[in-house]
Amino acid sequence: MVKPAIATPAATNPFFPLPFLVISRRRETRDTVTLRLRPLSDVRLIAQPGQFMMLSVYGVGEVPISVSGLPRRPGELEHTIRAVGSVTRHLVALHPGDQIGVRGPFGTSWPLQLAHGQDVLLVAGGLGFAPLRSALLAILRERWRYRQVIVLYGARSPADLLYRRDLSRWLQRPDLVLRITVDHPDQYWRGQVGVVPNLIRQVTAFFEPANTVAMICGPEIMMRFTIRELQKHGIPDERIFLSLERNMQCAIGLCGHCQLGPFFLCKDGPVLPYSRLAPFSEIREF
Amino acid sequence: MASPAVIDVNGLAALIAALQQEGYRVIGPIQRDGAIIYDEISQLNDLPFGWGDEQEAGMYRVRRREDNAVFGYAVGPHSWKRFLHPSPVVLWRARRRGNEWMIEEPVEDSPRLAFLGVRSCDLHAIGVLDRVLHHGSYIDPIYAERRESAFVIVVQCAHFTPRTCFCASMGTGPKATQGFDLALTELVEPDAHRFVVEVGSARGAAILQQIPHRPAEPTDVTAAEHAIAQTAASMGRQLQTAGLPAALLANLEHPHWDKIAQRCLACGNCTMVCPTCFCFSVEDRHDLTGTVTERVRRLDVCFTTSFTYTAGKPLRQSIRSRYRQWLTHKLATWVEQFGTFGCVGCGRCITWCPVGIDLTIEAAAITGREQTTEGVV
Repeated sequence: MVKPAIATPAATNPFFPLPFLVISRRRETRDTVTLRLRPLSDVRLIAQPGQFMMLSVYGVGEVPISVSGLPRRPGELEHTIRAVGSVTRHLVALHPGDQIGVRGPFGTSWPLQLAHGQDVLLVAGGLGFAPLRSALLAILRERWRYRQVIVLYGARSPADLLYRRDLSRWLQRPDLVLRITVDHPDQYWRGQVGVVPNLIRQVTAFFEPANTVAMICGPEIMMRFTIRELQKHGIPDERIFLSLERNMQCAIGLCGHCQLGPFFLCKDGPVLPYSRLAPFSEIREF
Repeated sequence: MASPAVIDVNGLAALIAALQQEGYRVIGPIQRDGAIIYDEISQLNDLPFGWGDEQEAGMYRVRRREDNAVFGYAVGPHSWKRFLHPSPVVLWRARRRGNEWMIEEPVEDSPRLAFLGVRSCDLHAIGVLDRVLHHGSYIDPIYAERRESAFVIVVQCAHFTPRTCFCASMGTGPKATQGFDLALTELVEPDAHRFVVEVGSARGAAILQQIPHRPAEPTDVTAAEHAIAQTAASMGRQLQTAGLPAALLANLEHPHWDKIAQRCLACGNCTMVCPTCFCFSVEDRHDLTGTVTERVRRLDVCFTTSFTYTAGKPLRQSIRSRYRQWLTHKLATWVEQFGTFGCVGCGRCITWCPVGIDLTIEAAAITGREQTTEGVV
């Protein structure tokens, strides 16, 4: 068992990662794993669903990763990571017992309070399900606070579906409307085929547009079409929330990389209502 | 504060010595490699006596002056950002013992710096950096430490003709009125080369007490005001700032962005010479044995494609989008983010652009305000 490395002066220096231990690794897909992390110091980093942490692989670098689960024990963190660049490739290759550095939590969270007493519509595409999973778990933990809970999830192929054990459990729940679709089915797939925004018209009977809070995360094009569809069904822009991704290197609004117009997505985001993003949403490369 | 005083050239030498005595590293102007730059000075003779400069869009030359003015030049390629927001910086170091990493803060004696020759635009640029790195919800500890201890000696702009700068438009000069420890106005009369000294802080007053000086006569003060007023009256450029942020954001798809993109080389010179451009990147580097690793940050440039690299590809691929990001950040979104323009009108980006792109002209073109030599109509 590894002992806490040092008393880390993180309180004074926002660039210091705290030492964490990988305690479990679950393979989700070919290139994606979910890691559970436990702090090696006494400091508890409490992240809300939608917020992200900066995960460090020593000697390789640091990347922003949303929390994808709720802590099973106080201070624990859960992150779903896809191998895309050099740091994420190293993160995906970590095993229980490995040490990593963690800073955070950073950014805004999903509007769960606002969704109390409302219908909730979660729309996820690909790895975008990771930040929404933590919201869904929080919602299901206090299911009585919400009216209808609808989850729409699209993946490239059946092999790209995340959280399969969760999905089969959630499909059994009578208090949850879950629809899943894939772009490219394989020979065994018996479910729906097509893009996520197309699922919305199948579930319109379940939500009352004026009393719905929608939360979306996925590839840009998927979010764009989802927003259009939600607008068509009468959900106001200020009740459509997105989680956006940009290059983030400091996570505290100082490095400048994550800017989108007036927003530093690391501190003003990653979760923002569409009403604030709309002025820039049609500007290419902005 | 204390009433103005006057020092002569020997007094300036004494000022440098007094600051060094107090433990400051004195940073000031030096003529080196064909430019007036900022670096540590050890004595009076390091200063650029008799040097001036000539600037235009895409052009900079140092020139011999006819007089022996010490501060007879407009701003050069360096700004105080170089010292307050240094690059590169080691954020931390980690050492591996077996399976376990020990993180250490790099031991670095943060220097106490005295800045000699801070122009009003650059003083305002420090104010802008204060808002970004020091007064927000997160504080940059590296900037904070250097900033809090820095001793600031302004030199008011006089005895040169500003060409690419436009501080009067930005409300950032040419006269600095507060936010300094001492402010000098140089008067270059053949038999009376002297400096009118305004005191801006108790710390400034204490240093002044240590050097030979006399109280300023009304004629000294009038001469100083006159010299600054001449600079104000001869501004090389103008920028109409009223309504500018909204006008720029309303024109994000203006065809003129394409025209600029045809000229812009995306070299990033404008960001490097800009006294307020603060963006940095962070990288890890490790030794060959893999047992020691360092996290390093260095100033970055939003004109590179890697700047917006997200999930496998750059977000701003075209030069058009990268120039637009830079200009709209400086003159529009910065205002919403930090309550001030990200531009102080120093003109460095105009001078040091290798193809002479002039943001005062570009901003006017994009917002449909015509730019003339008489100013903006």
